[in-house]
Amino acid sequence: MSTITETRPVTLTAKDFATDQEVRWCPGCGDYSILAQVQKIMPGIGVPKENIVIISGIGCSSRFPYYMNTYGMHSIHGRATAIASGLKASRPELSVWIVSGDGDSLSIGGNHTIHLLRRNFDVNLLMFNNQIYGLTKGQYSPTSEKKKITKSTPYGSIDHPFNPLALALGADATFIGRSMDRDPKHLQTMLTRSHQHKGASFLEIYQNCNIFNDGAFEIFTEKSTKMEEALFLEHGKPLVYGTARDKGIKIEGLRPVAVQLGNGVSEDDLWIHDEKDFYKAQVLVRMFDDPQQSVHFPRPFGVFYETERACYEDIMQMQIEETIATKGAGDLDKLLRGREVWEIAG
Amino acid sequence: MITTEEVLQDVVIKFAGDSGDGMQLTGSQFTNNTAMLGIDLATFPDFPAEIRAPIGTLPGVSGFQLHFSSNRIFTPGDDCDVLVAMNAAALKVNVKNLKKGGKIIVNTDGFDARNLRLANYPDGINPLEDESLTNYEVIKIDVTKLTREALKDFEMGTKEKDRAKNMFVLGFLYWMYNRNMDNTINFLTEKFGKKDTILQSNIKALQAGYNYADTTETFTTRFSVEKARMVKGNYRNIMGNQALSYGLIAASQKSGLQLFLGSYPITPASDILHELSKHKAFGIKTFQAEDEIAAITSAIGASYGGSLGVTTTSGPGMALKAEAMGLAIMLEIPLLIINVQRGGPSTGLPTKTEQSDLLQAYYGRNGESPMPVISASTPSDCFGAVYEAVRIAVQHMTPVILLSDGFIANGSEPWKFPKSDDLHKIEVKFKTELGDHEEKFQPYLRDEKLVRPWAIPGTAGLEHRVGGIEKQNITGNVSYDPDNHQLMVKIREEKVEKIAQFIPEQKLDNGLEKGKVLILGWGSTYGAIKSAVNELLAEGYEVAHAHLRYVRPFPKNLGDILKNYEHVLIPEINNGQLIKIIRDKFLIDAKGYNKIMGIPITKGEIIDEVKKIIEEE
Ligand code: SF4
Repeated sequence: MSTITETRPVTLTAKDFATDQEVRWCPGCGDYSILAQVQKIMPGIGVPKENIVIISGIGCSSRFPYYMNTYGMHSIHGRATAIASGLKASRPELSVWIVSGDGDSLSIGGNHTIHLLRRNFDVNLLMFNNQIYGLTKGQYSPTSEKKKITKSTPYGSIDHPFNPLALALGADATFIGRSMDRDPKHLQTMLTRSHQHKGASFLEIYQNCNIFNDGAFEIFTEKSTKMEEALFLEHGKPLVYGTARDKGIKIEGLRPVAVQLGNGVSEDDLWIHDEKDFYKAQVLVRMFDDPQQSVHFPRPFGVFYETERACYEDIMQMQIEETIATKGAGDLDKLLRGREVWEIAG
Repeated sequence: MITTEEVLQDVVIKFAGDSGDGMQLTGSQFTNNTAMLGIDLATFPDFPAEIRAPIGTLPGVSGFQLHFSSNRIFTPGDDCDVLVAMNAAALKVNVKNLKKGGKIIVNTDGFDARNLRLANYPDGINPLEDESLTNYEVIKIDVTKLTREALKDFEMGTKEKDRAKNMFVLGFLYWMYNRNMDNTINFLTEKFGKKDTILQSNIKALQAGYNYADTTETFTTRFSVEKARMVKGNYRNIMGNQALSYGLIAASQKSGLQLFLGSYPITPASDILHELSKHKAFGIKTFQAEDEIAAITSAIGASYGGSLGVTTTSGPGMALKAEAMGLAIMLEIPLLIINVQRGGPSTGLPTKTEQSDLLQAYYGRNGESPMPVISASTPSDCFGAVYEAVRIAVQHMTPVILLSDGFIANGSEPWKFPKSDDLHKIEVKFKTELGDHEEKFQPYLRDEKLVRPWAIPGTAGLEHRVGGIEKQNITGNVSYDPDNHQLMVKIREEKVEKIAQFIPEQKLDNGLEKGKVLILGWGSTYGAIKSAVNELLAEGYEVAHAHLRYVRPFPKNLGDILKNYEHVLIPEINNGQLIKIIRDKFLIDAKGYNKIMGIPITKGEIIDEVKKIIEEE
């Protein structure tokens, strides 16, 4: 295997992943931070640049490939997941990243998203959730909250919004996580974890659209409220939150219960996060309260769930190899001849 | 008893029964038996629209038509000489296409009161007992009873025994046409090898049918058809969808590209998905996608990665794929879209044939979106047509549409199959590195054919971005520049038009180089036109036949050919689609003959139409 060590001695930096294209998101858009974090982790993931492919659909986030000096395709609305499926199925060795938004992957492309997850292609689906349609200038999206006033809902939205992580879990995704544009460290960790996971990774990234839906996630991202409203999950650690880290989540039966630490309640009584626990993951993804309600749970961030399941492209390849091993490689002449042949003599 | 033998030139048999009667199997067994004798043939199965229509009813009738001849033939035949009717409904549906004096072999058990009622015969009317069939020779056999009788020693239920009825009929026909039954016995052995009772009972029923014909003096004459005079070589029988699948496999082998099929089940294209799924030994990847859109976009993903991306569908699915086709046009990557057409619009007539997606193939996308269109004209021609479609796609970096239809997809004919060594190699070049004078990779820098390089992920130094937004000429960067858009639209059009320089010139299939009427066809009307022109020429009419494989772009000499005739007749199984394009492109007063009934155009109809044109002069 000496050839491999010889070929790539250069270490790349985030800059090597930037392109000469002018970045065209609105100033202040959360997409800038996400781009920066992706560029930052790329040199460290151990994949040669030419083996990385970024596929996007349509929407503000979907301009992403133009700004990444890898292979990339800015495709059509909702179909990045399906294009990535075909690419990964045919070229399993590539590192395939899908960049998509809430409209792209949950509305027009909702069907492909759930099928990609259940098939478990080893790809990373980064779903930038800004709860609005930005590119088309401000209509509500499938993740917008009820009663939201937008251009297409002047009397308030009557749509019940999706809970994206519950949807992904329902589709049997093997990796489910949530992060935010305003927490670069956390986002970098989540991006790396998504990459490391063998299987389909569904990473929801809260992304501020400062033009059409400014402050949608402020309560989770602003210093003043973040520690009270956001619950950062760590594998093997208790579910603790609060500015003074004085609050926690217990599990009673099938229900989470928020508790105040002290007065006989210690961290030992709390729910210990286990990324591998499918049943607890069902409860975690449902901690999705409207933070405007007077009583509500904090919103979890981090890796909710991770499991191993054979990847579609590997099984596909295995079937081919097994067939060739047992039957031999295909013989075109034998195929064309078939079984019943007759000869016409001149 | 002494039987005499009569040699016939040409026979059309229609096997018809309830969908559960096994008529497709009976028909295809008789077909293979015929093929092995070197007799020319063409078949056409006629499936009911519903998978399990109520037993005994008119919509439940399933048919299989076989035309065989010692002459060269090109269609499954207009009218039948022999009709096998397993029940009253099968008779009612098919008797109108039986020649006067033709034979009807009926299973009398299928004409009891219940079956007659289900076939909508009025109370008390039984066509076997009234005068309605006096023009035909009716051979009445209680197939059900005789089969049960033959199988009386088998330990199986009556229902199971009745399943062997079709074998009884097949045995009967084998006697009638003086055949050896080995191929069917081999077939049954392979199919039921592990289930001995079923195997033995089927063989027994087959022999019982044969012996019944031999001993009952039903006929004093046995019939035979001699070998056809066909080009020397090795032949096999092949169906259209099968030939298409083989063409794809061959193209994959000869281009060295992995074949990736993204497909969603749809009648009548699903058999291509089924067939290709079997051949993993060729390294083929088949992906049954969640919908038509994922089917094509997954194929685009595969093509982008350097595979031969293919998607198969029929009309409604093609409509769903339109946006993705536009993406492939913008990306300028190879892709094959196969549309096995059926009756439309909407769900239309899923099991019936039509050529009504030509305009969709030509124009059915947003924006200026030209794409080559290739058409297959007979079951075996599907092989060559799809092979060419692949060649054009990979050598011209473009999505290509291949049109077939239900008639040729399910029809079959003898095929002088090629040897793999005789198939030309399909040269494919990936770009693997920057050229001597290139500083930066320019994904939309074109060669003399106007073709851009195919640089696939995994190639160091050629990282680049593509997408559906208008491309800047040469660099491929996003561009909203007005002049650039006009330029790119024109380039994409010219690129497709230039393909005309890399395809064969149009040839006349048959007939005079100058004359009164040229019949210009495309797709599955081939056989009917060919047969009609043969007859018209024999009668002294000045006619000719040209059949298009390359529908877009047209061969560069097509215009010259059209000018050599006083009239151009374009028969189509649609409301006039190729004719619109021909009129638009060549400004000629072409005449259409359009049949929109979900069934093929016949030889007779074309002959009548040509005579009408000539007489009207
Ligand atoms: S519209 Fe919103 S999401 Fe789109 S670029 Fe501007 S700020 Fe970002």
